[in-house]
Amino acid sequence: MNKLFFGGVHPKYNKEMSTQDPVLQTITPKTVVIPMQQHIGAPCVPLVQVGDQVKRGQKIGDAEGLCVPVHASVSGTVVAIERRPHPTAGTALAVVIENDFKDETVTNPIPGTEDEILHAIREAGIVGMGGAAFPGNVKALSAMGNVDTLIANGCECEPYITADDTLLRTNPEQVLEGMMILAKILVPQRIVLAVEDNKAQAIAKLKALQAQFPKIEIKVLPTLYPQGAEKQLCQSVTGREVLPGKLPVSVGCAVFNVSTFAAIYRAVKLGMPLTARIVTVSGEAISKPQNFIVPMGTPFEVLVKAAGGLNDKTERVISGGPMMGFAQSNLEAPVVKATNSILCLLKDENGAAENPVCLRCGKCVEACPMRLQPLYMYRYVKANRLDQLERLNLMDCMECGACAFTCPGKLPLVEKFRLGKKMIREAGKK
Amino acid sequence: MNLTVASSPHIRGNFSTRRIMLDVVIALLPALCVGTFVLGWRSLVVALISVAAAVAAEWLYGMVTKSRNTVIDGSAMVTGLLLAMTLPHTVPYWMAAVGSAFAIIFVKMLCGGLGQNIFNPALTARAFLMLIYPVGLTRYVGVDGVTAATPLHHMVMPALPEESLLDMFLGNCPGSIGEISALALLIGGAYLVYRKVISIRIPAAYIGTVAVMTLVFYRTEEPFAWMGYQLLSGGLLLGAIFMATDYATSPATPVGQVLYGVGCGGLTVFFRYFGLFPEGVTYAILIMNALVWLIDRHTAPRRFGVKKGGAAK
Repeated sequence: MNKLFFGGVHPKYNKEMSTQDPVLQTITPKTVVIPMQQHIGAPCVPLVQVGDQVKRGQKIGDAEGLCVPVHASVSGTVVAIERRPHPTAGTALAVVIENDFKDETVTNPIPGTEDEILHAIREAGIVGMGGAAFPGNVKALSAMGNVDTLIANGCECEPYITADDTLLRTNPEQVLEGMMILAKILVPQRIVLAVEDNKAQAIAKLKALQAQFPKIEIKVLPTLYPQGAEKQLCQSVTGREVLPGKLPVSVGCAVFNVSTFAAIYRAVKLGMPLTARIVTVSGEAISKPQNFIVPMGTPFEVLVKAAGGLNDKTERVISGGPMMGFAQSNLEAPVVKATNSILCLLKDENGAAENPVCLRCGKCVEACPMRLQPLYMYRYVKANRLDQLERLNLMDCMECGACAFTCPGKLPLVEKFRLGKKMIREAGKK
Repeated sequence: MNLTVASSPHIRGNFSTRRIMLDVVIALLPALCVGTFVLGWRSLVVALISVAAAVAAEWLYGMVTKSRNTVIDGSAMVTGLLLAMTLPHTVPYWMAAVGSAFAIIFVKMLCGGLGQNIFNPALTARAFLMLIYPVGLTRYVGVDGVTAATPLHHMVMPALPEESLLDMFLGNCPGSIGEISALALLIGGAYLVYRKVISIRIPAAYIGTVAVMTLVFYRTEEPFAWMGYQLLSGGLLLGAIFMATDYATSPATPVGQVLYGVGCGGLTVFFRYFGLFPEGVTYAILIMNALVWLIDRHTAPRRFGVKKGGAAK
């Protein structure tokens, strides 16, 4: 198939590792650690106290402003409210709940009118589940009246991860129903579910449901990392390029992850808050890679054990994918709303070199989906040349890692670009 | 268990500097084989001496400057081999050794080492040898062992060479060790493109430009034959496929690579038509080398989300 966006790379996908086991097991952890910050924006303030009894689905944290609430993911007793490890933020304030295994639940009211839908999405604590964790209701609100294309992102272009794929194979109708709910509010001309062509089973399931959802277009895209990046996805689906520093809504697109749509369906039709998600546990260092249905706040350790435990030679544990995920220093962090995967990798023989040298081969220029020139950006970050970095549009970099992946000299490109961006931001403050 | 906490990406592709250098050596082997087979075993000895001198020079440089030893990346081997390819097989051995050492120490290492040099080390060394001892580089011995004029010498007159185009394509003609067989060079080039070591942009733009210019400005009665001989003679294919594509000394942007190839092609024809020597590839590429940063700077890919010529903000 033709490339629909510039650049991109073809990493080894390793997705079949975690899709062999047909049973989707549900995890029931003894304790859950629920961070008050699981979204972009203001952190929640705990609404419970140590000793309180809580039910699954009960709101335990909320705040004003750009914020969505968090809910208890199991029923039981609050045993601590303190700073605990967080998969992407180091540590964060968290409510720790001991599971009583009674699984008592509460649900939210089911919205009657369209006006109530956005409120229901907020109250269910829904965030973008592809990784960014932007509050779902705010994104939907900003798209109202501004978009003509609603896109469900089912690309899942990161290697190893099959969480969205698993959702599409097991509950495709939830995703499609969720899309129709948002379509009712946003009234787009096109409703597109985009999926990469390496998910044959999911595509077959979706096509079988096509008759029930005639308004939804199932768009099969070529497998190419980072096909699932928002800007590249908008380009692949509509041919439009999102302006520098702008969001997809600026070119009339609203993009949500397929898992987010399924969560919207459960919130709006069943009144269920976002208290669990599908997580892929995979990688060469895991003995039984598979997907699980995981209550939010389940520590990584529990999942790794459920997947058969860790190889002694494990070199890296990553929250998220191998291209953009966060390396963990231990297994203490809990699953949060944006955690789609826990990857346990052995030492990468192709890994970073001791003395990385740029050959000027230009492969990074060919790989960059934002059409940047990583080799020069790298040089100028090292030389502290902010003027040159701005000329080279360093801030356009989305840190997808395609350049570093392809680099024969094994330069720490993304690492340096993060540093460079920080330098530019700090210079801007002065 | 010790977990590594490092920046993403956590996986890397299987390109590596050594793999690339090894691929270039492999790609040069067909041409070296033809050179050895047609011109004699001395070709192989020249190549071995040149490689050994380059590797030794890089190793010594590391020792003397007490810096990291970089011989292991394989780039010195490539430089030595490339220089040998541009030399006649009759060249005195000391010239091959001196040339290689010059290329490594003065052109590469003193400029900052791998990836930092502005000029192609092998070609700069060739230009240097040309200055200090031109006789060694301009005396060619033909297949029959007698001193012969290369096809390019005929074309200066201008006249078509005695060899048939087929002979020149296969390598049955006098010339430098690695230049005589177009077929062998094209096989090597195809291998490099297949292995994604080089893109086809620079060689295609380079060779295409020479083809068009020699066809338009033909100098004998038969324009197409003239073009054919121009393409197959001298160091054009070696230069276009192996020298102009040298990473450190060629542009990194796709548009820049095309421009650079066109520039190399245009200058090559210019030097061949109006220069003092029959050949112009060396100087064409060296001059374009000097323009690489300028070209890159003005051929940045169009910024994502900004229309061509549109404002950036």
